[in-house]
Amino acid sequence: MFRTEEMDINMGPQHPSTHGVLRLKLTLEGEEVVDIRPVIGYLHRGVEKLSEHRTYPMIEPLTDRLDYVAAISENLGYCGAVEKLMGLSIPPRAQYLRVVLAELQRIASHLLWLGTHALDLGAMTVFFYTFRERELILDLFEAFCGARLTYNSMRIGGLYEDVPQGWTDRVRHFIDIFPAREKEYEDLLTVNRIWLGRTRGVGVLKPEDGVALGVSGPTLRASGVDYDVRRAQPYSSYDQFEFDVPVGQNGDTYDRYIVRMEEMRQSCRIIRQALDRLPEGEVRAKVPKYIKPPAGEVYHVVESPRGEQGFYIVHKGGEMPYRMRFRAPSFVNLQALPIMCRGRLIADIVAVIGSIDIVLGDVDR
Amino acid sequence: MDQQALIQNLVIPAAQIVAVVLVLPLLIAYLQLVERKVLGFMQVRLAPRRVGWHGLLQPIADAVKLLIKEDTVPEKSDRFLFTLAPVVTVIPALAALAVIPFAAEPFRVFGYEVNPFITDINVALLYVLAISSLGIYGVILGGWASNSKYSLLGALRSSAQMISYEVPLGFAVIGVMMLAGSASMVDIVNAQKASGVWYVLPQILGFFCYFIAAVAETNRVPFDLPEAEAELVAGFHTEYSGMKFALFFLAEYTNMIVVSSIVTILFFGGWLRPFPNVAALAFLENGWLLFVPLVAGGFLGWLADQKLGGGLRLMFAGGIAGAALGVLIARSDVMGLAGLQVPAVSGVFWFSLKVSFFLFMYIWFRGTYPRYRYDQLMALGWKWLIPMSILNVVGTGLVILITG
Repeated sequence: MFRTEEMDINMGPQHPSTHGVLRLKLTLEGEEVVDIRPVIGYLHRGVEKLSEHRTYPMIEPLTDRLDYVAAISENLGYCGAVEKLMGLSIPPRAQYLRVVLAELQRIASHLLWLGTHALDLGAMTVFFYTFRERELILDLFEAFCGARLTYNSMRIGGLYEDVPQGWTDRVRHFIDIFPAREKEYEDLLTVNRIWLGRTRGVGVLKPEDGVALGVSGPTLRASGVDYDVRRAQPYSSYDQFEFDVPVGQNGDTYDRYIVRMEEMRQSCRIIRQALDRLPEGEVRAKVPKYIKPPAGEVYHVVESPRGEQGFYIVHKGGEMPYRMRFRAPSFVNLQALPIMCRGRLIADIVAVIGSIDIVLGDVDR
Repeated sequence: MDQQALIQNLVIPAAQIVAVVLVLPLLIAYLQLVERKVLGFMQVRLAPRRVGWHGLLQPIADAVKLLIKEDTVPEKSDRFLFTLAPVVTVIPALAALAVIPFAAEPFRVFGYEVNPFITDINVALLYVLAISSLGIYGVILGGWASNSKYSLLGALRSSAQMISYEVPLGFAVIGVMMLAGSASMVDIVNAQKASGVWYVLPQILGFFCYFIAAVAETNRVPFDLPEAEAELVAGFHTEYSGMKFALFFLAEYTNMIVVSSIVTILFFGGWLRPFPNVAALAFLENGWLLFVPLVAGGFLGWLADQKLGGGLRLMFAGGIAGAALGVLIARSDVMGLAGLQVPAVSGVFWFSLKVSFFLFMYIWFRGTYPRYRYDQLMALGWKWLIPMSILNVVGTGLVILITG
């Protein structure tokens, strides 16, 4: 007489907590998730194809739009790939400033993640606190390059120009006040029983699954795999800085939270070292007016806030790439969503999506 | 004399009901403004400032917007139930207010005695429990009739949640009823006056059980799962707009006020001043002296505002204005006999102060806590609150038995 029925429900692409235009086809048994199938492509702009018809300097603004939350990391990776192809060596001052920018960007990106993640789980106030600090970082970026979201901040061969006067002092001021601000978020969340209940043991990613799926970044490190591109294949003189790579144990949402919180502290540490030892000199290598790299292939990876961001260029002469391929960390990490969510409750999906920190611009490209 | 009785028994209660129904939405509109202001203060932002001075006309603007907004009904929904649901939700919420006493002593208006409550029935507490349970129907009907999966999930969640939390809610008040020996709100407060202590002290467990269960019952943070924005978009009222949405909204805030009032009455001595048994504090019931803490508060608020730049000045200005009005009424011999209003006004003052505190607690929760998950919510209700509230009943019973 009574029977139960599985319910299919569409979560997204217009949904407050799918962080953009992610669509999830859910099969629910009451509140329990039986199956989950992510559907992507709503933000596909064909950046890889567009790149084939642009000269190398013209591609950099496109990379801003991949992972628009961490555009500087994309710029850094792209410029690094082209420089590798051309065999350029970058002046040390430019390398250090790039590190400062990239780490500020990492903090800004993690702040956005923390705010939205907490908001998804109902903790509203953290969102406003993190945006207060993110605003300070955006002000720094604005002072440096005039933009607040899509920076186009670097040039092939270094930076467009040196940082403005007094900029480094402002950065120093920010990293001085930031640890106290971070403690404010932790006071609200880290030992909050409800927060622990919502995140501990939720969305566990086993290290072997993570490696098999190619997951990278904090999402993988929370599972206990000690892999950080900044340390494994240092770029932009990351080998000259001392920093820890935080690693989790259980691979659950809480560990991913803890790992990212610690990463922000480590970023501060790197920025401080970079500012203390900031070399003088040029910020741009001698680069020809028309960039025509020698024919060849190159693959360059950087550690973006989301994970391993790769750029693969096939060049067959001329001013444009023959083929351009972006390895998007969000795209790869998103694959882990179904195995993390299956059999959990619908509220956990939101927690897990938040904790793998996807950016749909990066997923769809 | 006949006319006298008619006015006393019919016209005045009717006027009271009309007053409650008319004043309450306005009060709630401004409660919402206070909520936004306090949340803004907690979240280092400014909150409404554009409409009126410090956003003082924002609630009016919101109400007008909701009134003239297009009232959409989803295509394949059940039109009748869809329209009925908000009404079913809001009526029990308002009806519960009928038995809430704001003070004990009657006001005197043109020679008639006007009680500061609509009615005092001997089963008031049971009545409130019964009538507030009816509100669940509105939520279920609304969620079902919307013909939306998100609404349905939200409605199912809230029915499970509200039914689960009815139980500890009911058990938690039994301790108070046993101590007071009555289920009438007025009698319960009078019993606290007689025993000289607020029932929060002997019934501390009951108080926590009641307040937690009541927050869950009103679907507020951290128990706002039925409308969990991040998961279910807006839960049972996803498909509602315009005035129908406003009715759900009205019901939620009315329930908040009802719950805060009941907590105040059951555990915090209702309209009694603090330390009702300490004669030295009797001046707290004096109409004139009510003015002093409010002026001081207003001044401190002004100072804080100068320092922090927040919008707090507004609330304290409101407090001063209210106090001035209260003193004016209390001391006025325009409408009645001089000085006789004082007990009623001071009662209303203390009652409002305590209710405001619990409403502030609601807002504070909202600014602080993440949201529970469905299974955790059930575990909290069934594994903790129900055993605790039963323990409270048993413990209270034993103590009464032993002490006689």
